[in-house]
Amino acid sequence: MTEDDVRQAIVNGLAEIAPECDPGALRGTDPIRRTLDIDSYDFLSLLIGLHERLGVDIPEADYGRLGTLDEMVAYVVERVAKVER
Amino acid sequence: MGEFKMPSLGADMEKGTLVAWNVKAGDAVKHGDIIAVVETEKGAFETECYEDGVIDRLFVEPGSTVPVGTTLALVRVAGAEAPRAPVMPVQPAEPAPVPVPVPAAAAAPPVVEPTAPPPVEPAMEPAHSPEEGAAWVAVSPLARRIAAQLGVDLSTVHGTGPGDAIRREDVEQAAEALRAPIHAAVPVVVSAAVAEVPLVHGSAGVSVRSEEELHAGMRRAIAAAMSRSNREIPHYYLSTRIDMSESLRWLAEENQRRPIQDRLLAAVLSLRAVALALRKVPELNGFWTGDAYRPGDGIHIGFAVALRRGGLVTPAIHDADRKGLDEMQAALNDVIKRARGGRLRASEMSDPTITVTNLGELGAESVLGVIYPPQVALVGFGRITDQPWAVGGMLGVRPVLTASLAGDHRATDGHRGAQFFDALGRLLQEPEKL
Repeated sequence: MTEDDVRQAIVNGLAEIAPECDPGALRGTDPIRRTLDIDSYDFLSLLIGLHERLGVDIPEADYGRLGTLDEMVAYVVERVAKVER
Repeated sequence: MGEFKMPSLGADMEKGTLVAWNVKAGDAVKHGDIIAVVETEKGAFETECYEDGVIDRLFVEPGSTVPVGTTLALVRVAGAEAPRAPVMPVQPAEPAPVPVPVPAAAAAPPVVEPTAPPPVEPAMEPAHSPEEGAAWVAVSPLARRIAAQLGVDLSTVHGTGPGDAIRREDVEQAAEALRAPIHAAVPVVVSAAVAEVPLVHGSAGVSVRSEEELHAGMRRAIAAAMSRSNREIPHYYLSTRIDMSESLRWLAEENQRRPIQDRLLAAVLSLRAVALALRKVPELNGFWTGDAYRPGDGIHIGFAVALRRGGLVTPAIHDADRKGLDEMQAALNDVIKRARGGRLRASEMSDPTITVTNLGELGAESVLGVIYPPQVALVGFGRITDQPWAVGGMLGVRPVLTASLAGDHRATDGHRGAQFFDALGRLLQEPEKL
């Protein structure tokens, strides 16, 4: 699983949740929830989707590390590596 | 023989469009089956049948817009006798009054409302232009404006002013009658083509209107309901701050144990606490109709869901007090998903006995809501923020939730509201008991 795969999976998840937005236009350093108006229900749905697609389990205590797209990608890549090891 | 009628999906609805039938004459149906898709200003809704039986006939073609209460179909109820004589097309209840144009000069002062613009234009105008071929009657400009606001068809209004002129009160009465489904004696067009209506299965998301029209309709619907609320309901407001440290600590521990699919949102704890507090203060859970309070037939919380393209809907979480936290979370997931996907059911729109709005996701610390008539209360939650909090003479920092209540003074006083908050606050201190 490459970093690009992870980024694509996240962007696809966001596109499902916020179909009227263009997640491709989301910059890596933009705060995801504020930029795309993602509420806590949507956010949890996004993480459940990532869990189903990538097999990563993201504890609630780590939500603070998922603020921007770049942060989320880095975090998920790290978690996937742990799972694969 | 049961009648399947255009449902009333809230105070803001006067008419609806039958978008699609999921059944045809001769089909067996049972209570709870979704047999039609109905569109209102707020979008399209899957509409359930309330009887067991067989569809006798369909009266209204897809695409038709009819007032609330109009018979859309007849259901031959299981175990009932053979169908009675075929129902004939219903004629208009009564012909529009004979046209009596009232010259502007003759218009008596009481007819022209004080707020009407100076009579540069005639004080009375025909309800229909003569070219339309319909009977016409005199209408005060104010009545015409109100009719347009309330969506009342002036040709169905009986005027009580001089020369049967339609006045403001007549329009308001007509609007009231439209809200009460029982009163609807409206023309139903029976078409021979109805039986060949194609079956449409699937999403209530299908709409006969464009995105812009839907948006405009949503704004109109909200404006109509909220204007009525502000006009009719003497609101009182209370707010309180609730220490959420116990609830959030319990939630964090609980969620750590749970697989991600089963995690609970903080909103679920608040909703559960509202449902249980309403058991203690049932006066806030119901409707004000006519001149009296009518308790709800259960605690059905209308949860305000913001739609991504703007606007909101408040579908019911049925029997919220009988749902545990997991059931509540599942119900919440379900209604949010369907609200945003345009697949809500008609009953979910008409059943809420109270509304809860949660603006805590964004920057709002508190919300002072507008009650959704005919409900008598609205509970608002703001954002949970860390705040200085004194306990036992010591100052500390706690996560604090600001809860608010908008109450209908016709139904309750602030005292009841305060009792509700007392119960709510206590419940949220013992999350393990929720």
